[in-house]
Amino acid sequence: MTATDTRPVSVDIQETEDNRALIEAIEADNEELTINHIPGLVKLQAPGRLVINRASVEERLGRTWETHEFQMAIVTLAGNISEWDEDRIVLSWGHLARD
Amino acid sequence: MTTNPTKPAAKKLSMQQRYSALTRDIDWTPSYVSEEEMYPHTSYEGIKIHDWSKWDDPFRLTVDAYYRYQAEKDKRLYAVLDGFAQGQGHLTLSDPAYLNAMKIFIGGVTPLEYQANRHFAYLSRHFNGPGPRFAALCQSVDEIRHAQTEIHTLSNYNKYYSGMHNFAKMHDRVWYLSVPKSYFDDALSAGPFEFLIAIGFSFEYLLTNLLFVPFMSGASFNGDLPTMTFGFSAQSDESRHMTLGLEAIKFLLEQDEANVPIVQEWVDKWFWRGYRVTAIIAMMLDYMLPRPVMSWKESFELYFEQQMLGGLFPDLAYYGIRPPAGVEQAIWEKDHLSHLVYNTFYQFSHAANITTSVPTQDHQQWLAAAYPDSFDAVYRPKWDKLEKMDAAGNRFFYPGLPQLCQVCQIPMVFPEHGQGDKICERHSDFNGEHFNFCSDHCKWIFDREPEKYVQAWMPVHQIYQGACGGPTIPDVLAWYGYAEGDSGEMVGNVDHVNWKKWHAQVDDSLAGREQMEASLAADGVGVKEAAK
Repeated sequence: MTATDTRPVSVDIQETEDNRALIEAIEADNEELTINHIPGLVKLQAPGRLVINRASVEERLGRTWETHEFQMAIVTLAGNISEWDEDRIVLSWGHLARD
Repeated sequence: MTTNPTKPAAKKLSMQQRYSALTRDIDWTPSYVSEEEMYPHTSYEGIKIHDWSKWDDPFRLTVDAYYRYQAEKDKRLYAVLDGFAQGQGHLTLSDPAYLNAMKIFIGGVTPLEYQANRHFAYLSRHFNGPGPRFAALCQSVDEIRHAQTEIHTLSNYNKYYSGMHNFAKMHDRVWYLSVPKSYFDDALSAGPFEFLIAIGFSFEYLLTNLLFVPFMSGASFNGDLPTMTFGFSAQSDESRHMTLGLEAIKFLLEQDEANVPIVQEWVDKWFWRGYRVTAIIAMMLDYMLPRPVMSWKESFELYFEQQMLGGLFPDLAYYGIRPPAGVEQAIWEKDHLSHLVYNTFYQFSHAANITTSVPTQDHQQWLAAAYPDSFDAVYRPKWDKLEKMDAAGNRFFYPGLPQLCQVCQIPMVFPEHGQGDKICERHSDFNGEHFNFCSDHCKWIFDREPEKYVQAWMPVHQIYQGACGGPTIPDVLAWYGYAEGDSGEMVGNVDHVNWKKWHAQVDDSLAGREQMEASLAADGVGVKEAAK
């Protein structure tokens, strides 16, 4: 870990009833999250890394949730999408190794 | 369940496998023609690509997922549009002046979405690699969706308000709309990789947040639910486009070290080109939202300085890319930009498809709080003077035509870097002709490719050359396709008067008409005059 890893990453999400479970899941899974409300949207910011877990969202939503559905909620982001698979989405800064 | 018990059931493919099946397995190597004949545009810019398969899309988007979610986004939007139109939603806007921002949007931005649709469709044929081709295809379909949904959304306002009825023609002809138009024309006429940096990286990644996020939040705050919804709906695609833009620049930088200086020049050029276009957003945020949400300065700090300079550029430094030339000046200008631009529109709104007015005292107080270092000292006195002239029956409109910058095409109103009271003027001579620029950066862009920028369609020059309908302002405005009420002073304008009439009806009181007349009189508009 280097000092640059604490550069803030963020997602802005539409503030709707549908997205409440998602926002709560992100809150639960990211300890140092900062939350700001701007009319119509909520800005979630974390130092270095932000993770969205499918299981956490499903638990709060009470139904299955595909990580692709995140596209319905997101307005903008800051950071690289360093992982996006069936189970989770991870945002971070830093150089990514290529396969 | 399987029909053949000896063969194990096929396991469902993972997201990564499905993406890879889509983007890799349907590609082939041409045998009847050479690769160069098949993809003729990807070598002349000097960019070297060794392995197209290194292109990656973190969204792992496939066709089924793409259309499923896009359809859902549209369904949500059209439900809002219907409800808003049926419920006379336009009457719940904060103020009809708010719609001036939408007039700029439909004339300035929507046609760019359509151009982006066309060019990404072209690129989806012309990149050698299947990864970028598929990403370009999705973006192309996104962009036509944006153009269509924006037109549908604003068509409801067009039934009631002026300034939007002729947006496509206005985009091609109106003086200030040449700013966004020429920006995009510049990108469309560049090579495919430069286009990716211009639109994919600079516009979509560095600057799109400044356009959509605070502004759509402003729409929400000013009662414009349809615009908020299309804005956020479009922006959800935008986060994919941002990812494409970021992928594009990293891909080019990783492929060959010789690409780095080429890309750096494009980053310098396209940051500055894009930043100059966002001057109009600065004005919309600070002056055109009757209930302001976030100042240009605050959005620039949050979405550009913090997220881009603080977050992204340290990553790009790894490849040898530094922040764009011009960044320091843009940071310094954030205290001045919106004030200069709205002041210019105030003086020229007899020739724009929007109306303007001196900001109210409440609004000026908000501006003073948002701009403690510049508003009271520099800009409030200017508004005081214009307000006095207006009160004396001498509403000021600039009687001539402005000198334009040959590159950004904005009137030359910008200050020298660091000197708020001195207008910057730069010049170059080329083939015996003299050209003017608003800044060192626009001059640098011209000097780098003068053969390109001497061909620019400059609105003021075209008027003087007699190419815009005739020699007088009414001739030119007729050629723009303006109708009554499209331009000029906001107070007493047909939209303003209609608004008061409709609200008098909505109030449905016996005193409705009297109230309306009293309210118009308070604004200094006689009812007879208003009925004209």
